Amino acid sequence: MLTQFKFIWHQGVLKRYIQKSLSRRNLLKHTRCFSCAPTLNEKKKVIPDLSQFPVENIRNFCIIAHIDHGKSTLADRLLEVTGTISKSDKNEQVLDRLQVERERGITVKAQTATLFYSYNGQSYMLNLIDTPGHVDFNYEVSRSLTACQGVILLVDANQGVQAQTVANFYLAFEADLTIIPVLNKIDLKNAKPEVVMEQMKNIFEIEPKDVLKVSAKLGTGVNELLEAIVERIPPPKADVMKPLRALVFDTYYDQYRGVITDVAVIDGCIKKGDKLQSSNTKKSYQVQDLGIHQVDEILTHCLYAGQVGYVVMNMKNVKEGQIGDTLVHEGSDVQPHPGFKQAKPMVFAGVYPTDQSKYDELRSAIEKLTLNDSSVSIHIDHSPALGQGWRLGFLGLLHMDVFQQRLEQEFSANVIVTAPNVPYKVKIFGAKNIKMYGGEEVTVLNPCLMPEQEIIKEYYEPLVRGTIIAPDDYVGEMTNLCLGRRGVMKEQIYIDSKRIMFTVILPLNEILVDFYDDLKAVTSGYASFDYEDHGYVPSNLVKITYLLNGKEVEELTMINHVTTARTLARRVCLKLKENIPRQLFKISVQAAVGGNIIAREDIPAYRKDVLAKCYGGDITRKTKLLKQQAEGKKKMRAIGNIDVPKDVFITVLKK
Amino acid sequence: MGTGIISRRVYLSSFSWNTLGFSVAANILLPWKSHFGQLLTRTVHQEVNVIESKTPETDDQAVLYVHWPYCAKRCTYCNFNKYVSESVDHERMAQCLETETRTLLKLSGVKQINSIFFGGGTPSLALPSTIERVINTVRDKVTFKPGSEVTLEANPTKLETERLRDFKTVGVNRVSIGVQALNQNHLNLLGREHTVEQSISCVKKAGALFPGRVSVDVIFGRPKQTLEDWRIELHRVLSFCDDHISLYQLTLEAGTPLYRWVKEKQCELPDSDTMADLYSEAIQILGDHGFERYEVSNFARNGAQCSHNWAYWRGMQYIGVGPGAHGRFSIQDGGGPREARIQTPLPDTWMTEVENRGHGTRKSEPLSNQQRLEEMVILGLRTIEGIPSSRWNRLSRNQDLISVFGNSEKVRNMVENNLLYLDESGLRASSHGLMVLDSIIPHLLNVLEKNITVK
Ligand SMILES: Nc1nc2c(ncn2[C@@H]2O[C@H](COP(=O)(O)OP(=O)(O)OP(=O)(O)O)[C@@H](O)[C@H]2O)c(=O)[nH]1
Ligand SMILES: C[S@@+](CC[C@H](N)C(=O)[O-])C[C@H]1O[C@@H](n2cnc3c(N)ncnc32)[C@H](O)[C@@H]1O
Ligand code: SF4
Ligand SMILES: [Mg+2]
Repeated sequence: MLTQFKFIWHQGVLKRYIQKSLSRRNLLKHTRCFSCAPTLNEKKKVIPDLSQFPVENIRNFCIIAHIDHGKSTLADRLLEVTGTISKSDKNEQVLDRLQVERERGITVKAQTATLFYSYNGQSYMLNLIDTPGHVDFNYEVSRSLTACQGVILLVDANQGVQAQTVANFYLAFEADLTIIPVLNKIDLKNAKPEVVMEQMKNIFEIEPKDVLKVSAKLGTGVNELLEAIVERIPPPKADVMKPLRALVFDTYYDQYRGVITDVAVIDGCIKKGDKLQSSNTKKSYQVQDLGIHQVDEILTHCLYAGQVGYVVMNMKNVKEGQIGDTLVHEGSDVQPHPGFKQAKPMVFAGVYPTDQSKYDELRSAIEKLTLNDSSVSIHIDHSPALGQGWRLGFLGLLHMDVFQQRLEQEFSANVIVTAPNVPYKVKIFGAKNIKMYGGEEVTVLNPCLMPEQEIIKEYYEPLVRGTIIAPDDYVGEMTNLCLGRRGVMKEQIYIDSKRIMFTVILPLNEILVDFYDDLKAVTSGYASFDYEDHGYVPSNLVKITYLLNGKEVEELTMINHVTTARTLARRVCLKLKENIPRQLFKISVQAAVGGNIIAREDIPAYRKDVLAKCYGGDITRKTKLLKQQAEGKKKMRAIGNIDVPKDVFITVLKK
Repeated sequence: MGTGIISRRVYLSSFSWNTLGFSVAANILLPWKSHFGQLLTRTVHQEVNVIESKTPETDDQAVLYVHWPYCAKRCTYCNFNKYVSESVDHERMAQCLETETRTLLKLSGVKQINSIFFGGGTPSLALPSTIERVINTVRDKVTFKPGSEVTLEANPTKLETERLRDFKTVGVNRVSIGVQALNQNHLNLLGREHTVEQSISCVKKAGALFPGRVSVDVIFGRPKQTLEDWRIELHRVLSFCDDHISLYQLTLEAGTPLYRWVKEKQCELPDSDTMADLYSEAIQILGDHGFERYEVSNFARNGAQCSHNWAYWRGMQYIGVGPGAHGRFSIQDGGGPREARIQTPLPDTWMTEVENRGHGTRKSEPLSNQQRLEEMVILGLRTIEGIPSSRWNRLSRNQDLISVFGNSEKVRNMVENNLLYLDESGLRASSHGLMVLDSIIPHLLNVLEKNITVK
């Protein structure tokens, strides 16, 4: 997310960055000579001896970019050119290995791969981290940066600089990393490298002469890029002679091996059998296995200072795997790495097991998955209707969707996810009430738990500072859209002769669901959007509840600005009507604020639902169909005698 | 009526039927059903005619289904196991059908076959001699009582109409004719080979040959079909039909041209409410003419119900012979578990298998107790008699219907809303329930799965 200062044109800072990256290039002249890299590209993989790669021959970098600018495709080519994987047309985003990534064609998890590369008679170990581009997975980027000394800032030569390009640039810049600016997709007919380089010059003060041009699709320019990685990115500042410090920057759970940690070794080295200690928990573990990631895991004997790899150490308790932790040798009193800032969740939703008897299974699934996605915040929640569950905080709706999908795909969990909401705050009065709520200010993560209106002095809602980049032809449409969402326009800066970068303050609630879609719609798809937290403001809010045949649907309780409450309620009722399949009984759908019904719809009962022919020949098929439907029914949420598909609570929010 | 079949009132006084289409169980035992008393007063008692085989449902008997896999042309909606072949080897097929019939009769160990059904595909394109050879094989091997039902599905083309007499000669005593529609445009859209006139003359001729034993198949819910057209069409069907009508709602089957057309929006099926109207209207009109809906899509008067199909719905044994035919029977004189069996679907492969190894069974799988009960629910509830307790208890010895279903909130709800009837005599769907059975059954299957102890 963008931080505030980036809009202040701070020449000094930019100058420093440029000087820095220039001076780093000279560093390489001092590299020492080492023996050859092991050949890993053949079928028979030998265990690589990583001691052959002293710090000077290591480069750790991330690929960062706006969504879909080709990071993962570029990673494919880097893997191929260095012989890490064999060249094939079938290599498409090979590092996107999660089912959800393959299905959606986006990266959601940062993924490390170690490449071995020979250049000027030297062998280098390049540790690449492919990062996600979508703003919702931004925490992956910021964490990955701590394991790196440089980044490849990839920009689509056709789309140009977009909102997440800017956001990611500043993340890297603030982390003091060397930035290699790269234009991608230069094979495209309508690529406009000149215009894009002008944008980069205007916003980032990147000189066109420093920009590399590649086609990740065709492999053009990838060799030059590899050379630039070696030449421009400095080796890690690490000392193999010092006591071990290994920063845990990612964790995941393996059914058989327990918690596996991805580490960046800051100093010292780790070898199999070592006794390691967590600086956070002080617990000790014995290293069972360690190695590096290529597309698969590759076992090694040791990991040395400056290197990046994984460590398996029989850590069975999920809670002990903590990102930001520093692993040291048992008994060592070395200063740990300061760790990471906690991610700040933007949206909250209740997550409950569809079947309460599966509560423990779901808890264990959530624990294991959050191990691999530490940007999710967890609060215990319970509800009379849904039973025991959790209120989880996510960085956005896509994040929430992906998390649910991963729970289902990777852990076979079956969950009900409630309508998401932003975190509100209220000030309450009355000594007794304040005592009950434990303070004058109450943060409301679950709309159902909003204090009674009578005791509320003031409501507050969260704001964001949004950045929009779009061609100036659409200024009018964008302004109208933002104003319609209760936005306040701030700065506008031209990034080239056509495109404007806007800053706008918006209520978070207004951008949660379909703001980006609408923005795309009014700008013929040309706008990109990014946002960051911008504090709270007093607001006039109401709580809307929804009823199906008079029974309250807790999952749908919403808090909304009073001016748009009725419109929202009508839309949701209509959506409920469209999305709840007709059933055996008539359903009345109502929305209420306080005791007043503000919207209603009816869903008539099914009048006919029975298939025509059924005789001996097709009983097998018919049984299968009905059994499938029976399974489907089990997964629905029963409200009275109505079966509601679980995804309805979220689809009703979308346009 | 054949001599093997008697007509009687189904399970005693607990069963009743009213003209409104609401039926009510008379002996009310469950507390939540007490308000049925009021309804009862409105009930016009009417006898339900359900034919039942004289003999009990035991495993030394079965019915026989024979599949003829060829058609002259593919209809645009049909995904049955059927093939259009330039050169059907009639002799070879007849030989194989005989062999397989012998094989499966022997394997099943049944002593008696109660009915035979020649289905397809288009079995009216088979040679009468082929039909005769199968019937004779049955007669040779097991008891096949004179007068037992032998049905043949027929397409009403001129050629096939002319053959009806020959089929009668070889032992067929019931025909089911695929009329489908009395609207030439619809027939064309459905890809049927015959005209409206040919259908009518075929049914009339059949009526003369097989009085009281002719059924017509009609498909409704066709693209652009209106309620008004349907009324007229049904009255026209009634003017020439015999005593049995099967009404099938047009079902979109993946892989058929019609399916593609609908997906591509080249044509559109009536919406769910119109389907409901078409169906209700048919029940009404046919009812006015003495036809009773004895199963979701089957209507009969004068006791003309199809005994063969009753065997399926009642969960009795059936043997399936011919490419792709399904069967449900136990082997070794009824000693083993009931098996679900299927024959190899491709005709040529099937024949080769029968020739080389004496049988064309592709797969056989024992059915668990739970699976059998599931099938009983799925099939039994489609009929007006539902699932009589006696039938249920034969399979579920320690848990009767009430102990399995009676405690479910869902089921109770459906009973309260007059969709289902559950009492000591059995479980069945109301007239309204029959209309929405596919929404009811999944719930029942879940309750069954949860509560049944002997899986
Ligand atoms: N023509 C062309 N297309 C490319 C090039 N590089 C990537 N693409 C296409 O751009 C799309 C996005 O590529 P990805 O590699 O998934 O992009 P990404 O940046 O990893 O996307 P996220 O991880 O979701 O942010 C894919 O359809 C690629 O085939 C290129 O050099 N030329
Ligand atoms: C498979 S055919 C076999 C008999 C014969 N070939 C005929 O067409 O009449 C049996 C009946 O199934 C019905 N049928 C087949 N496909 C159907 C579908 N997709 N929807 C509804 N009924 C269908 C037709 O009414 C047809 O008469
Ligand atoms: S409906 Fe009958 S005639 Fe038409 S293809 Fe199917 S089986 Fe053959
Ligand atoms: Mg990617």
